[in-house]
Amino acid sequence: MSEWLEKQLPKLVLAPSFVAILIFVYGFIGWTAWVSFTKSKLLPRYDIVGLIQYDRLFVSPRWDVAFSNLFIFGFLFIVISMLLGLLLAILLDQKIRTEGIIRTIYLYPMALSLIVTGTAWKWILNPGLGLEAMIRSWGWESFSFNWLVDPNMAIYTVVIAGIWQASGFVMALFLAGLRSVDDEIIKAAQVDGIPKWRIYLSIILPSMAAIFLSAFIVLAHLSIKSFDLVIALTGGGPGYATDLPATYMYTMAFSRGDIGQAASSAMIMMAVVFAIVVPYLYSELRAKND
Amino acid sequence: MTKLNSKYADSGYIQKLILRSLLFLLLGIFAVYYLMPLFIMVTTSLKSLEEIRTGSLIDLPREVTFTAWKTAWSGACTGIQCEGLRPFFWNSVLLAVPAVFISTLIGALNGYVIAQWRFKGANLIFSLMLFGCFIPFQVVLLPMARVLGIINLAGSISGLVFVHVIYGIGFTTLFFRNYYVSIPVELVKAAKIDGANFFRIFISIFLPLSLPIIVVTVIWQFTQIWNDFLFGVSFSEAGTQPVTVALNNIVNSTTGVKEYNVDMAAAIIAALPTLLVYVVAGKYFIRGLTAGSVKG
Amino acid sequence: MSTILEIKNLHKDFGSLNILNSINVTIEEGDFLVLVGPSGCGKSTLLNCIAGLEPITSGAITIDGRDMTTVSPKDRDIAMVFQSYALYPTMTVGQNITFGMKVRGIEKNEREEKLLKVAKQLQIESLLNRRPGQLSGGQRQRVAMGRALVRDPKLFLFDEPLSNLDAKLRVEMRTEIKKLHQNLNASMVYVTHDQIEAMTLATKIVVMKGGIVQQIGTPSEIYNRPSNLFVADFMGSPAMNLIPAKVANNGKGTKFTIARSRGEPLMLFDDNITKLPENVVLGLRPEDIGDAKLRKGDKLQISTCSVDVVEPAGADTYVLINLGGKEVTARLQAETAAQTGMEMAFTFNMDKVSYFDAQTGQRLN
Repeated sequence: MSEWLEKQLPKLVLAPSFVAILIFVYGFIGWTAWVSFTKSKLLPRYDIVGLIQYDRLFVSPRWDVAFSNLFIFGFLFIVISMLLGLLLAILLDQKIRTEGIIRTIYLYPMALSLIVTGTAWKWILNPGLGLEAMIRSWGWESFSFNWLVDPNMAIYTVVIAGIWQASGFVMALFLAGLRSVDDEIIKAAQVDGIPKWRIYLSIILPSMAAIFLSAFIVLAHLSIKSFDLVIALTGGGPGYATDLPATYMYTMAFSRGDIGQAASSAMIMMAVVFAIVVPYLYSELRAKND
Repeated sequence: MTKLNSKYADSGYIQKLILRSLLFLLLGIFAVYYLMPLFIMVTTSLKSLEEIRTGSLIDLPREVTFTAWKTAWSGACTGIQCEGLRPFFWNSVLLAVPAVFISTLIGALNGYVIAQWRFKGANLIFSLMLFGCFIPFQVVLLPMARVLGIINLAGSISGLVFVHVIYGIGFTTLFFRNYYVSIPVELVKAAKIDGANFFRIFISIFLPLSLPIIVVTVIWQFTQIWNDFLFGVSFSEAGTQPVTVALNNIVNSTTGVKEYNVDMAAAIIAALPTLLVYVVAGKYFIRGLTAGSVKG
Repeated sequence: MSTILEIKNLHKDFGSLNILNSINVTIEEGDFLVLVGPSGCGKSTLLNCIAGLEPITSGAITIDGRDMTTVSPKDRDIAMVFQSYALYPTMTVGQNITFGMKVRGIEKNEREEKLLKVAKQLQIESLLNRRPGQLSGGQRQRVAMGRALVRDPKLFLFDEPLSNLDAKLRVEMRTEIKKLHQNLNASMVYVTHDQIEAMTLATKIVVMKGGIVQQIGTPSEIYNRPSNLFVADFMGSPAMNLIPAKVANNGKGTKFTIARSRGEPLMLFDDNITKLPENVVLGLRPEDIGDAKLRKGDKLQISTCSVDVVEPAGADTYVLINLGGKEVTARLQAETAAQTGMEMAFTFNMDKVSYFDAQTGQRLN
């Protein structure tokens, strides 16, 4: 008996986590998927009626705004964070004595809660007393920067704050990538008389493909999940101009009492994440098993 | 000949100097960009409301006052309650400490099993856990709210601890698994022959080895849980809200005069624990971030 | 003398893959058994099965008369030394050696006493408070041995313990293990891929390939009478020369014709054997081919061959000649006058020759 127990112990130790993940991740995804096919409103109902919630979702102008905001925000956030992060990493890779301090400064926003970041930028971008007022007080009376309250521009303030928060992290990722390139290859290129910019472009960057992919996955994932930042910075407003699927889902679930809409929007988010993450995880795990 | 050389050297030196200056100028500009919001938060929190209205965003406070900090800590209104951030700060502490401890312990045991006691199906379980790290939590909010109600944990700090432990397992397991997988399996074999059992090997041999990865995991989990807003706002009640939720309530409360200095002080207070961790153990913080992103 | 280890008809599969097949090995008290073979031959798996670290599919293992099928590693009365040493990194040398006793609840006084005895034996007294990270490869090796010695087990298991050491240290430690074996009269099972280690240490060698035992025997049996072409080629350095030959019966005995790239074929005769198949492979150790000017003897057959390469190696000089389409190595005395390109008379010691079937590879004499 004790022999048997000792043999099964590893499985027994892993079992609770496994069961928890099965229920609280996969079971819950299943529950949400199920409910997204019902007429659930304030309370969940379990009789499947088909795609009615998705039909409602796709004709809702608010969802339309939220979904296109995801792509505006996601695209700009990912591209600019990557470019900025790469630039900073290359600048920092020039054997700088104060690298440690500078890196610390660039990366600290990542330690902050997105609520804190949102609060800070909300104040800075406040048209009455923030940046706009400051520049006007310098004598540029006609200067206008009221994106925060402009329904057409408000989503870009979320982009600005998001980049501020995450670009330092991309830098750290890229810097680690730059450092991991085989020193001898770079030396060989230098001996061959290849200029530095060319070494970066033709040798170092191509060898960092995996890091680019990682950075992309993390940023894409952040942008789909981003909820806190919008809540703190714009509250989804003006109106619902800065709604993202994440805030849409939350509003439907907890303010509007529309569980069906909440579930179907969550499933769309899930599908987007799935499309990005699964091929990545699959290739990573397969590469490891080989 | 030597003259020619020194002339070339001179022009090369000047060119290098210019490039170097340009580099530092750029680095400096970016440093200002990243520091500016923090600077503005701190200075604003030290100004009086009067000075904020009349002065400029980046001016240093003419008169340093800590009233805003005091209000933020113990007087600001979060909805109907006006006790400042203090009770919510402690809520976050009461939430983060057990959640970090439990999820780290579970992650360590899971990682130990998956990396060192491989059995059929262990890799599949690991993959399933890994994918759990990536799901948008919106997809589990609704059923979790119901389950917390059923098990009588709705609106309680214990309920939040439970949620954070469950959804932290994926990452903590990943950290420990990747750390333990580089330890030769012969160590376990040797210890088995020495007569040690599963838990003895874990406690006597693997735990003492694990300090670096424990630090990374604890920092990661602490930052994640302290900074969490979504679970906090979804599963807490007025008295059990974590600090991030309370901060958001202070900032967005519509009653009375808008006190920007209090907002900023409150934001800094909410950010302080994780900032402190970052400053003290930045190396481990970065390692967690990169380990959490470069899977495998 | 009693039987310490008996492996009967052992099979091990991993999924659909067969790792070990019909293994039958027995060792007596005081035996030094070496499992040798190329990597992937299953020798380490077999050792792990003996230790109880891996389950077996069928068959039986008994240690000192006790059936081990359901016995866990800790109760098998064994000790094991690993290739990577597997020292516990956070424990001191002393703690590493006494950990097993501590787990088993042995009194502190007794632990200290045994530790000091083993430390003295291995001359590591000065290292007891260091951690493995602060030790050199050779010192770690000693600590790993200490951890095994302190157990005073029925059976010692070694899994390629020397392969992480540099060449010089490896020879030193080899000698030390041999001394240890002689002093303790302990029973040992030792896995290696290095055939020199196998020859120098073993009282009994098991040559393995592809999960199947190729030959079991004393070092001299393995060296002089290899049971098939694989063993002949694997054991001995430089390797045994394996020369394809055509067989003809000449009344008294057998005539072997060996083709050469230039000139007439080489003829060799053996009157002591008949009934060989048409195609055989002749196995001759390098030392069984000599310089005719320096070696005399009745049974030696002399023939002229052309020298391709001369490699002086101090005590001996190796000469390569081409026979039967193969490079053949001869080990000559250092005084030989052999020069590259010259035609020279060689002796062939047909007393020592091994015959193998060209088709099956099995030994014929």
